[in-house]
Amino acid sequence: MTEAYIYDAVRTPRGKGRQDGSLHEVTSARLSAGVLNALKDRNNLEGHAVEDVIWGNVTQVGEQGGCLARTAVLASNLDERIPGLAINRFCASGMEAVNLAANQVKGGAGEAYIAGGVEMMGRVAMGSDGAAIAVDPSIAMETYFVPQGISADIIATEYGFTRDDADQLAVESQKRAKAAWDDNRFAKSIVAVRDQNGLEILGHDEYMRPGTDMQSLGALKPAFKDMGEVMPGFDKIALMKYPHLAYINHIHHAGNSSGIVDGAAGVLVASKEWGDKHGIKPRARIRQTAKIGTDPTIMLTGPVPVTHKILADAGMAIGDIDLFEVNEAFASVVLRFMQAFNVDPSLVNVNGGSIAMGHPLGATGAIIIGTLLDELERSDKEVGLATLCIASGMGAATIIERV
Amino acid sequence: MTDFTMKTDADGVAIITWDVKGKSMNVLSLEGWDDLDALVDQALADDAVKGVVITSGKDTFAGGMDLNIIAKMKASAGDNPAKGLFEGLMKSHGILRKIERAGMEPKTNKGGKPIAAALPGTALGIGLEIPLACHRIFAADNPKAKIGLPEIMVGIFPGMGGTTRLVRKMGAMAASPLLLQGKLNDPKRAMQAGVIDEVVAADELMSAAKAWVLSEPTIVKPWDEKGYKMPGGAPYHPAGFMTFVGASAMVNGNTMGVYPAAKALLSAVYEGALVPFDTALKIEARWFTNVLLNPSSEAMIRSLFINKEALEKGANRPDVADQTVKKVGVLGAGMMGAGIALVSAKAGIEVVLLDQKQDAADKGKSYTSDYYDKGISRKKATVEQKEAALSRITATTDYAALKGCDLIVEAVFEDLGIKATVTKAVEEIVGKDCIFASNTSTLPITELAKASARPDQFIGIHFFSPVDKMLLVEIIKGKATGDVAVAKALDFVRQIRKTPIVVNDERFFYANRCIIPYINEGIRMLREGVNPVLIENAAKLVGMPLGPLQLTDETSIDLGVKIAKATKAAMGADYPNDEVDEVLFWMADEGRLGRKANAGFFTYDDKGKRGDLWEGLAAKYPASDDQPDLIEVQRRLLFAQVLEAVRALEEGVLEDIREGDVGAILGWGFAPWSGGPFSWLDMLGTPYAAERCDALTASYGDRFATPDLLREMAAKGQTFYGRFGAQKNAA
Repeated sequence: MTEAYIYDAVRTPRGKGRQDGSLHEVTSARLSAGVLNALKDRNNLEGHAVEDVIWGNVTQVGEQGGCLARTAVLASNLDERIPGLAINRFCASGMEAVNLAANQVKGGAGEAYIAGGVEMMGRVAMGSDGAAIAVDPSIAMETYFVPQGISADIIATEYGFTRDDADQLAVESQKRAKAAWDDNRFAKSIVAVRDQNGLEILGHDEYMRPGTDMQSLGALKPAFKDMGEVMPGFDKIALMKYPHLAYINHIHHAGNSSGIVDGAAGVLVASKEWGDKHGIKPRARIRQTAKIGTDPTIMLTGPVPVTHKILADAGMAIGDIDLFEVNEAFASVVLRFMQAFNVDPSLVNVNGGSIAMGHPLGATGAIIIGTLLDELERSDKEVGLATLCIASGMGAATIIERV
Repeated sequence: MTDFTMKTDADGVAIITWDVKGKSMNVLSLEGWDDLDALVDQALADDAVKGVVITSGKDTFAGGMDLNIIAKMKASAGDNPAKGLFEGLMKSHGILRKIERAGMEPKTNKGGKPIAAALPGTALGIGLEIPLACHRIFAADNPKAKIGLPEIMVGIFPGMGGTTRLVRKMGAMAASPLLLQGKLNDPKRAMQAGVIDEVVAADELMSAAKAWVLSEPTIVKPWDEKGYKMPGGAPYHPAGFMTFVGASAMVNGNTMGVYPAAKALLSAVYEGALVPFDTALKIEARWFTNVLLNPSSEAMIRSLFINKEALEKGANRPDVADQTVKKVGVLGAGMMGAGIALVSAKAGIEVVLLDQKQDAADKGKSYTSDYYDKGISRKKATVEQKEAALSRITATTDYAALKGCDLIVEAVFEDLGIKATVTKAVEEIVGKDCIFASNTSTLPITELAKASARPDQFIGIHFFSPVDKMLLVEIIKGKATGDVAVAKALDFVRQIRKTPIVVNDERFFYANRCIIPYINEGIRMLREGVNPVLIENAAKLVGMPLGPLQLTDETSIDLGVKIAKATKAAMGADYPNDEVDEVLFWMADEGRLGRKANAGFFTYDDKGKRGDLWEGLAAKYPASDDQPDLIEVQRRLLFAQVLEAVRALEEGVLEDIREGDVGAILGWGFAPWSGGPFSWLDMLGTPYAAERCDALTASYGDRFATPDLLREMAAKGQTFYGRFGAQKNAA
């Protein structure tokens, strides 16, 4: 079977997903096109060089609707013969794009792909595409739907994580992100966002709060307590599904949950032969991919079963993994992962994560694969695993191995 | 004879009058539907008719639908009840839609004849759904009239367009208390809420409605106009999105997910909101059909509507002359006595409230005063009503005041000797026809009756606490109790507007007999190391109002200890509950007597607000590593109660399974969605129920042993309502 390799991985800096965020003036298509152009320029992708652009994006309405993948290709300098596929697996969309591309290459359906994603959360509001699972009573009741924040708090309650545990993880994420920027560790993959005149719009992750400490986080109120306990009372629904719990411990807030940001990322995935033909060297092999469905109410525990699955499928053990990227959607998601596999926290999210730098939903999966690869190379390690929790109860994972 | 008649006035207004002969209130039958359909056709076709007013020949508009309609629809398509129901409902929608469109051009909305509804009084269920299809609803200013859609209360939902029209008219948020809680309003409040359009003086009702019809009004419904937008936003409108996300959570949370009608209603609202009106009606009909075919809805209608009403109307009343109570003597002015005095006075009965000390008697009377004060502050009662009720209560220590009482209800201390003394003292004063009732919850009536010179006039009338809130009254026949006493008790219960069941005299009668094993099973599980949170939540998730541990806190641990000791003394070596007593006695020793002590299985704060489970429980009975499945906990909790109900039937304590079902729901809140213990067993099927009992017996012991009756019925494949329902219904 053909193997699939990563040749390059780039991302934009993440802008605050608000009206005063630096990327707020940039359209989803332009931001995406910037990433595609960077991959084209860095790897000399002339003509019909790749089979397809698979582009993850969660809120596919308005400017992010209408198959943004194809729009982005046409807005970029890529050849028009390269089509575009817009996909949505919520927060793992960017990872799913890479995994899908890898598996297409492995299966022989094309030699090369650009895979990644985008989310302009300040321009296209999260949830504005609707969601029957939340709104359709026959489905919402049957699945005991609760919003993600409640799910994150269920994880904390079920697995015994305290507010302090979560806040410590958040402080650490901020520290590591700052250290990584100070040490220029993202330099390989960061592509500044520029305007049509070549002027830089944003060159760094602007969401970070390096001064964050336990005290400043301690002042924040739990974000999901009211909707859980008062209106409309989602805790009751959580307890219906988890009747052995007496109550839900609301520990999450804006400071220990992922940030709302704008951003995009892309990965060039191709076969060995393709690289030889184009005269470029692969950086890592995509060894295994996996996805799984989990209980939709606790919703965000997917990284644990999907990691079990990917390790089993790859014939590996947790000890075979040198570094981990576990998306910091909420602190409890990462805490649960480390608890379940008893992994050393110093090997997880070494350069910070979404709590510090933000989580542009459709892009994050591709971002963390790139971050993982950069860090494997920097620290001269071999095997890395990236995983994300996913809305509606899913999980996705990728194992990469340097070559 | 027809239910609807039409007369066209000289001014060209056709008056369609609904007047079902021989009924105090109009109910809609299938024949009535056809009458109305034909008259509407006739009015719309007749050029001399300018418009229509639909009204009633009675002082109310209508009480609802004859439930036989549902049975007939079900049967109308042979062996396919879903088809029969759906088509029947669509035909009904057709009639109402014809009224609503009133001959307008489909595309231009031009033409058509105005049709007004004129409601002289109460309009419930279909009695409001017909007006909602009209173009304007007038109601007489009658504060006693109740207007609303109470269907949800009996396990269905408004399925004749009421759901779709109300949501389109008011928006999902505003309509939700009316649809999801069945909230009824008087005409003024109904108008404020936007359910009806105008309230006018009763004698101007018809003239106002006719004047409107003749005023060439605009009659197009908003939802039939281009660009209609649902008030408050449709589901994928930003505002509507939050409403709908919240609605599912609230309905699911408040109903613990066990009421199919609430879910179906919400689905009909949501799915209907996304499509044009006629499609929405079709969706409503599909969900309504789904609910009507749901065994839970069927059982709820049977117990909470048909059989509850039958029992209230005296289904099991002996055939003796009217025994309406004129003057009742209430002995003992404690919590129960005070409550009995209140409900009696409220029903217009003269009350003598007697206690040993005047202070105590006065305090008992003040309960009525406080009750009305609360009602007045909430605008639910008037000062006049309070004065009238208080004037009926004589608080006294003087037995002579009991002279002239035709019923005595004794609620003194639970002690055979004290009760005997009181019985004798009273019988010396009252007339020889007076019926003597004891409100005992634990002592045998037959035993108490021995103190009476007239044991055939001695009976048990067991109230539940708090008397003014609880809907059920358990009437207990002692061995010697005669028919007149039973009739007296039933007539009294009818007067105070509660629901009676009549049972025979065995330990704990019926309700307590079933509740105690429920509590005990919860305590047993705690002792075994089942996580108490799981026990409590499992109970609530199967529709019990309180978990067994919380219920024990509410009724108090020392009462449990007292009952346990008395039962053990009576049963001797056969006593099966030593394991339960271990926990109860320990709790009592720890001073954790329940809510009244602000310390029980749960913790309570200074204001008495319930908090977490007490930490001491986990120390004494740590949760085991191997926790049972939710469903296993629920089986234990339900079968503990249900098997006791079956045994009560076997032993003749219960004479009528309808009483067993209605009594369980109203008496102790037994999973109302099930329709009661016997309905639940029928739903499971007796063969499966017997199998489950065998499995529970194997795991947990003989208290789950399959009763012979259930075993026999399982072998024969019988249902309880098949075997025991028919004969009683026919009676």
